[in-house]
Amino acid sequence: MSTNSAINVDKLNVSFGDSHVVKDLSFAVEPGESYGIVGESGSGKSTVLRVLAGLNRDWSGEVDILGKRQPKIRDKAFYRAVQMVFQDPYGSLHPKKTVDDTLAEPLAIHGIRDAETKISRALQDVGLPASFRFRYPHQLSGGQRQRVAIARALVLEPTILLLDEPTSALDVSIQAEVLNLLQALRHERKLTYILVSHDLAVVGHMCERLLVMQFGRGVEEMTAATLAARAPQTAYAQQLLTASEGFRRAG
Amino acid sequence: MADAPLLTLDDLRVDFHTPTGIVNAVRGLSFTLGRERLGIVGESGSGKSMTGRAILDLIPHPGVVTAKRMEFRGKDLTTMDKASRRKLRGRHISMVMQDPKFSLNPVQTVGDQIAEAYRVHHKASARQAKERSLSMLEAVQIREPGRVYDLYPHEVSGGMGQRVMIAMMLIAEPEILIADEPTSALDVTVQLQVLKILDDLVTSRGMGLIFISHDLHLVKSFCDRVIVMYGGKAMETLPASELDRAQHPYTRGLLGCLPDLDHPREKLATLNRDPAWLA
Ligand SMILES: Nc1ncnc2c1ncn2[C@@H]1O[C@H](COP(=O)(O)OP(=O)(O)OP(=O)(O)O)[C@@H](O)[C@H]1O
Ligand SMILES: Nc1ncnc2c1ncn2[C@@H]1O[C@H](COP(=O)(O)OP(=O)(O)OP(=O)(O)O)[C@@H](O)[C@H]1O
Ligand SMILES: [Mg+2]
Ligand SMILES: [Mg+2]
Repeated sequence: MSTNSAINVDKLNVSFGDSHVVKDLSFAVEPGESYGIVGESGSGKSTVLRVLAGLNRDWSGEVDILGKRQPKIRDKAFYRAVQMVFQDPYGSLHPKKTVDDTLAEPLAIHGIRDAETKISRALQDVGLPASFRFRYPHQLSGGQRQRVAIARALVLEPTILLLDEPTSALDVSIQAEVLNLLQALRHERKLTYILVSHDLAVVGHMCERLLVMQFGRGVEEMTAATLAARAPQTAYAQQLLTASEGFRRAG
Repeated sequence: MADAPLLTLDDLRVDFHTPTGIVNAVRGLSFTLGRERLGIVGESGSGKSMTGRAILDLIPHPGVVTAKRMEFRGKDLTTMDKASRRKLRGRHISMVMQDPKFSLNPVQTVGDQIAEAYRVHHKASARQAKERSLSMLEAVQIREPGRVYDLYPHEVSGGMGQRVMIAMMLIAEPEILIADEPTSALDVTVQLQVLKILDDLVTSRGMGLIFISHDLHLVKSFCDRVIVMYGGKAMETLPASELDRAQHPYTRGLLGCLPDLDHPREKLATLNRDPAWLA
């Protein structure tokens, strides 16, 4: 674990009441790296991202981001540098705000000029026609909402992007466009990503390394090459790889 | 298919009359559903969810549904009154919505919502309904069903929300289940276990399943037939096992966009959309 990691998590623990959902989790992400998190549903993946993003204040352990030890409550500059795309876009979009309001708001909060150009650019980047600017979330399909959520995270040009299932509601052609965009931005601007996904092929394509989680713990960290060679060490990771081959009808 | 179809749709259309013009969400879709697993894949915004909602009579204002024929087991849905449509909903035809957390009541525990769904359609005491709901949660592979029963929707993970929604829709034992991206937030092992439940219902109880998904591999291995939609229309319908050999350029294009662990590449292929597909 180098000291100049973009993100360094050491012995992170998170509980909700009596349930201890993240247990002694440690990992580090290098600047410019794309790091995957996969694992069991309910194993704490979204919770980890929410802690990193400063949205959960009930945790213990140490979190360093961009060289700074992170307090429970973050400042405004933090939110400009670190953006999150939420797993459930409907819940993260305000029902009474148009796409335009949703994208204009973060720009206004951070006093960024030239909102007009930035908003059109962000919509174009995620493949949404300009005519969608004045639609409300309920007037969009599931995948269109997810793209608005991605556009909102990109519009601030953050350094770190925390992506929680960013393409799970997208058809594979739009997914390819969004993933290509994310890769291009990462290389151009040296961005750092954490990508949570259930799709091992997506993680293999996007990430250099990944962490497998189960029951709130990191069970195995591996490289994308190990994943592609289907050569993980642990039984659980192996099970995930087998399951990703598709449905088998017995008999 | 030897027996009569559960559902027949002929020339289904869904239009939204908005201040800036008409949005044609579904543009003349026809298919029949038997006691089978029918997959629907296609472009984001191509009308998959609206098709499901139209079958259930849940198209939001200002959407308008028309069809030459829309029949559930021989009953004409186009002329049926709202109250009878509502009665079909839940008991006979159910839908697992794409945004489960949004479709759940935020101020009621997820367990109580499942129990309530049961009691709407079955005579049961509160205790029986709770027991039934707990066993449903267990069936969809929720760990610690007792704890999760008492959680509110914002306290469950994405994949738990999806399974709560599936439990709630299955508890009424519908004849047709429309599942809109039901497993997109599930890890692959839990996903297969949940699919196994749906599969058993089709095989043993003769349920008809409409399975809307972006996961082409999954649809190929799980479904019997698949409809490929683009711009509100069906581009082609084919046996799911032959998806790899699809002819239509849109379907071929989709297959080319998939990331593949065995064939890594710098940049994923993307689609060239041809306006002629909608002609
Ligand atoms: N506000 C909360 N109150 C109580 N429990 C919570 C809360 N938020 C999350 N949890 C619990 O924490 C656990 C981990 O949830 P989390 O959303 O991090 O899982 P996940 O790995 O992202 O799962 P999925 O893949 O299904 O999205 C779950 O058991 C969930 O019920
Ligand atoms: N209230 C509305 N007003 C105008 N257009 C609408 C409205 N609701 C939905 N639409 C449009 O109808 C089209 C079909 O939507 P639908 O939700 O059926 O897409 P989908 O195929 O399910 O897409 P996804 O895969 O992204 O979920 C979309 O282009 C959407 O923008
Ligand atoms: Mg999650
Ligand atoms: Mg949809």
